[in-house]
Amino acid sequence: MEAREKMMNIIIHVVLVLVSITMLVPFLWMILTAFKTVTESTSVDPFVIFPSKWLTTNFETVINNMDFIGLYINTLLLILGRVVAAVLTATLAGYAFARLEFRGKNLMFSLVLFQMMVPGQIFIIPQYLMVSNMGMLNTMFALIFPGLVTAFGTFLLRQAYMGLPRDLEEAARLDGCNIGQTFLFIMAPLTRSSMVALGIFTAVFAYKDLMWPLICNRDLMPLSAALAKMQGQYTNNYPQLMAASLLACIPMIVLYLIFQKQFIEGIATSGGKL
Amino acid sequence: MAKPKKGTSQERNEFIWGWAFILPTMIGLIILNIYPIFKTIYESFFKTGDFGRGNVFIGFQNYITMFKDAEIWQAVINTFKYAIVEVPFSIAISLVLAVLLNRKMFGRSAYRTIFFLPMVAAPAAIAMVWRWLFNAEFGLLNHIFGTSIKWVSDPKIAVFSIAVIGIWSIIGYNMVLFISGLQEIPGDYYEAASIDGATGIKQFFHITIPLLSPTIFFVTITRVIGGLQVFDLIFMVMDRNNPALYKTQSLVYLFYQNSFVENNKGYGSTIVVLLLAIIMIITVFQMIAQKKWVHYN
Repeated sequence: MEAREKMMNIIIHVVLVLVSITMLVPFLWMILTAFKTVTESTSVDPFVIFPSKWLTTNFETVINNMDFIGLYINTLLLILGRVVAAVLTATLAGYAFARLEFRGKNLMFSLVLFQMMVPGQIFIIPQYLMVSNMGMLNTMFALIFPGLVTAFGTFLLRQAYMGLPRDLEEAARLDGCNIGQTFLFIMAPLTRSSMVALGIFTAVFAYKDLMWPLICNRDLMPLSAALAKMQGQYTNNYPQLMAASLLACIPMIVLYLIFQKQFIEGIATSGGKL
Repeated sequence: MAKPKKGTSQERNEFIWGWAFILPTMIGLIILNIYPIFKTIYESFFKTGDFGRGNVFIGFQNYITMFKDAEIWQAVINTFKYAIVEVPFSIAISLVLAVLLNRKMFGRSAYRTIFFLPMVAAPAAIAMVWRWLFNAEFGLLNHIFGTSIKWVSDPKIAVFSIAVIGIWSIIGYNMVLFISGLQEIPGDYYEAASIDGATGIKQFFHITIPLLSPTIFFVTITRVIGGLQVFDLIFMVMDRNNPALYKTQSLVYLFYQNSFVENNKGYGSTIVVLLLAIIMIITVFQMIAQKKWVHYN
């Protein structure tokens, strides 16, 4: 029995290590390629795995040619704008849907659920036309626009408020708090972890969003759209493409490694749609 | 708690605060999402005017064109092929990984961190590196396997290669959802089963799968919807002149091309309405089918 269990354990670890390698190889290949010359990267015989010299020229070239600093700033502003807007609006609405009784509530909440069931592409043409008619294409506002409110976040925060005990509000009311004060000082602080989860969820998906930035922006590009555009220009210079990809991925990966628990809970455990 | 009587100040109070709280979300939702749904359906009955000339109402003409359009039907097939590979494989793999990781063991959180990593990488970057790995002449994959397969330019296999990227990208996410579902299964079930002599495999099929079925159902529904909306990977991996493009492009890809490259937003709207219909029909079928296999306690 002992020996069998040990054997099982080893097999499990072998499987997990093999999967880990599969997950890591693309990232490692991205790193290795980014430090090579084009000649090294396309050498077949011999096949070059490690660069003979770890060149940083690819990074210098893409940082200068693509204005990476600008891309980071655009991405950061896009993320901040969407996170602040989403957390703020969803917290307010989530509380009302969970804890207040008022006419029209059920109808409005069914609109929230309805939005979550529809494929997102159906919103895009009208959203584009709106931004275009406002004369706001190529602005930061355009990038943030579709993320100003969030049905998913509203649903998530509503769940969080529904899990809180009723007596808290009763006590606050007896102490003379009105609904706004009860919400702001008693209830909202208790859902902080759900707010963080929604914030991370929103940030990661804003960062990963590709189609909308491609459509609404030619000048103020975030990282995702800039990578797509770059691929069109430098089709076969893989060392440079990999350097740019690496630079685009690193900030989010570093944040993820620092705040793993919050990331995994925020993105996955809050359920969620993609 | 007794409900306040009609017309009391408490009720009026909640009405005012309630609406004030939901107003920002509802205004945004109506402008950004609800109105666009109807607007898109409306647009699908128009031909987009060239160069600022107005749109022309053409009734069902876009739909008739679409149903005769071989490219659209090919895209429907491509989209289904992608989803039929991506969804079951990603779910099966991540389910096994979740079961393996759902115990006290050495390196548990390191494995979880690694498997989840693709979730926080930009899809554009992921697609680029996979395109490079798949490269027929200089790619790592052909070198390792000693093959010369045209992974993404052979029309017969390109869509499956894309699905491999999709699977690789999503298993960590599914796995985390499964792990949190597994943690809700009480340990006594497994103890009882062990005493009765049920082995690991038996336990997996007779305890884990049934008790996890609500989570499996949720993940399946969301993954099917996500898989049918595949765009980023195809857009980034497939060049405009790739010979396999025709056999790979998805419905959302054609939606993007028609709406924003060829600027025929009327036709683009028609395609997205088709996608909406397909997703709704499949979701309804899944909802009906769940009664047969999902166990809620």
